[in-house]
Amino acid sequence: MTLTEPWRVLAFLVGIIAFVALNAAYLVWLERKVAGHIQGRIGPKEVGPFGLLQPLADGIKLMSKQLLVPKGVDPLLFKVAPLLVLVPAVMSFVTIPFGENLVARNIDIGLLMIFAFASVNVMGLLLGGWGSNNKYAVISAARAVSQNVAYEIPMLITVVTMIMLTSTMNLNEMVIQQGGGILNWHFFANPLMPFAFLIFFVCALAETNRAPFDLGEAESELIAGFHTEYSGMGFGVFFMGEYANIIIGCSLAVILFLGGWQSPFEFLSDQGLWGVFWFLAKVYFLIFCVMWIRWTYPRTTLWGLLNLSWKILIPISLLILLLTGAMIKVWPLITGAS
Amino acid sequence: MNDLARSPNQETFVLNLGPQHPATHGVLRVKLTMDGEYIVDAEPVLGYVHRMHEKMGENRTWVQFMPNTARLDYLGALSYNHGYVKVVEQAMGLEVPERAEYLRVITVELNRIASHLLWFGAFVLDLGGFTPLLYAFDDREHILDLLESVTGSRLTFCYYRFGGLCNDVDDDFLTGTRAFIKRLRKRLPDYHNLVTKNIILINRLKDVGVLSAEMCRKYGATGPVLRGSGVDYDVRKNEPYSVYPELDFEVPVYSEGDSMARYMVRMDEIDQCLRIVEQALDKLPEGPVMAEKVPKILKPAAGDYYGAVEAARGTFGIRIVSDGTNIPYRMKLRSPTFSNLSLYGEASRGLLLPDALALMGSLDLVIPEIDR
Repeated sequence: MTLTEPWRVLAFLVGIIAFVALNAAYLVWLERKVAGHIQGRIGPKEVGPFGLLQPLADGIKLMSKQLLVPKGVDPLLFKVAPLLVLVPAVMSFVTIPFGENLVARNIDIGLLMIFAFASVNVMGLLLGGWGSNNKYAVISAARAVSQNVAYEIPMLITVVTMIMLTSTMNLNEMVIQQGGGILNWHFFANPLMPFAFLIFFVCALAETNRAPFDLGEAESELIAGFHTEYSGMGFGVFFMGEYANIIIGCSLAVILFLGGWQSPFEFLSDQGLWGVFWFLAKVYFLIFCVMWIRWTYPRTTLWGLLNLSWKILIPISLLILLLTGAMIKVWPLITGAS
Repeated sequence: MNDLARSPNQETFVLNLGPQHPATHGVLRVKLTMDGEYIVDAEPVLGYVHRMHEKMGENRTWVQFMPNTARLDYLGALSYNHGYVKVVEQAMGLEVPERAEYLRVITVELNRIASHLLWFGAFVLDLGGFTPLLYAFDDREHILDLLESVTGSRLTFCYYRFGGLCNDVDDDFLTGTRAFIKRLRKRLPDYHNLVTKNIILINRLKDVGVLSAEMCRKYGATGPVLRGSGVDYDVRKNEPYSVYPELDFEVPVYSEGDSMARYMVRMDEIDQCLRIVEQALDKLPEGPVMAEKVPKILKPAAGDYYGAVEAARGTFGIRIVSDGTNIPYRMKLRSPTFSNLSLYGEASRGLLLPDALALMGSLDLVIPEIDR
């Protein structure tokens, strides 16, 4: 089924927004369930079967709350900041290929676009913290920025490595290159790739402010960090933005390293909805890992975090970049292949 | 690693930590003067839950003051009960039956484990680890159930009486306690694997918030804080009371003085408490749990008495002055966390905010006991 142009845009717009909103709601439910089971509890169970209606109840509660704008805040920045976190995340979904033909805009610089939007996200945190007129929020905003800057570097170096390997920035093309079973995924492309994947995943955790790198909202230090002063849906939008960013981070990891919508074995179909199934299965597996990590590890400090980035991740990712480049150029010379 | 140059002329700002802040566990307020994320000065502000316990002591009979002692440190209430009955018994010259003394030790040590478990969970929560809290509460719940079955309460105990206990324990308590010892011994390695050996935790605690033995002496810090700074002082060993001399246990001492040392002291203490309880259960004699001939109205001879016990957080001392009537003339409570907190201003100077909060967590503060 092919839709003509204006309808296609509308369909994808509605679809993506619904996808983000549903995921934000049900990832919270999943997170609470995962946390519960890790901690030997049950998690939400009162509202609906298995607590499945809990996100709905939470949403109604958040929406019915008054949007408090405290005295002394910068009203414009205070109101714009949550949107600056959510909107770029939603925009990034435009280039994510959910299936072979299921991508809103299959543009050639999709990867670049996602990272451009990811940088706007930091502005949201910074402005929200700055505009809140709260010392805890300002400290948190400063932390979030230095953290994001430090982790964007190794992440981008890893992404450059992947671009060298695939010689394309089109996400769908990257996925198509990884067709034909699990061994063709970039994760197994060469012995360095598992390390590159690890670096990318750690950076994605840090970029999305997730534990153990959740310094921006370290609740035992900074109460609630940059969203201390937000109530009701202002907080809700920040929250949705956080989960949308997690989905983006995990989707990128899946697309770059784990074969996107390709099925892991050749005898299993990845046509049509099967592609969507494989893609989402991989993404949700990674999201589960993100939650698993959050509920297991304590938080690092800012110095520990920056040291990890500048002293370990950046040198290693540079080394991987170098070695990958050498492999691409030198290996054919040695083996004599053209 | 953490010595980024600090410019001396930079502007500082005041950060008001508390009285409602997730890390102050209650209503402690700390006025922090900050240079960026560095602490220039920290000033604890007390008094938000001051209830005049000492003054209340001068207005009620000796017996009536008993429940007050449990309201000081609600996490290790039995130690405070014990300190109070001990000093009044000393003033009255009451002999306590041996079975009662053994049961006091068993219940106090169980209470100490419960207190340390809660501290463990809350401390790791301060460091951003959520899950250990729930594990620790699970184990603590078993202790509270056991204590509830004999004392009737779960938090603010009032189990001891002058000259003994309010009632004897039953077999369910004894078998339940043995089962609990077995259970916790199995769980402790899990705690160490999940938390103690975690590289992030080690990095956050090692060499952070170092307290010298000198500083501890200066401010009168006691308990795990002092023992974490290399001073081997435990009232149970140094001024033995009750039946502790008959029990074989060690006092864990670490000389590093950092947050990790205080953490390890408490974790090792849980182990030692289990040893004490186990031995006390083995040696538990038969007999009455209440001394005969305890007068209905207590009138200790006029005089000045002092007694101290090792509570979960340090030395709990209590000084009573009697003028020979049935109402105390003066009741002075020396609570350990008050002294332990008073070194916070000096110790946190120059630390980063997260490290200072880790230091605060490692002091194991209970605010109602500081304010009294």
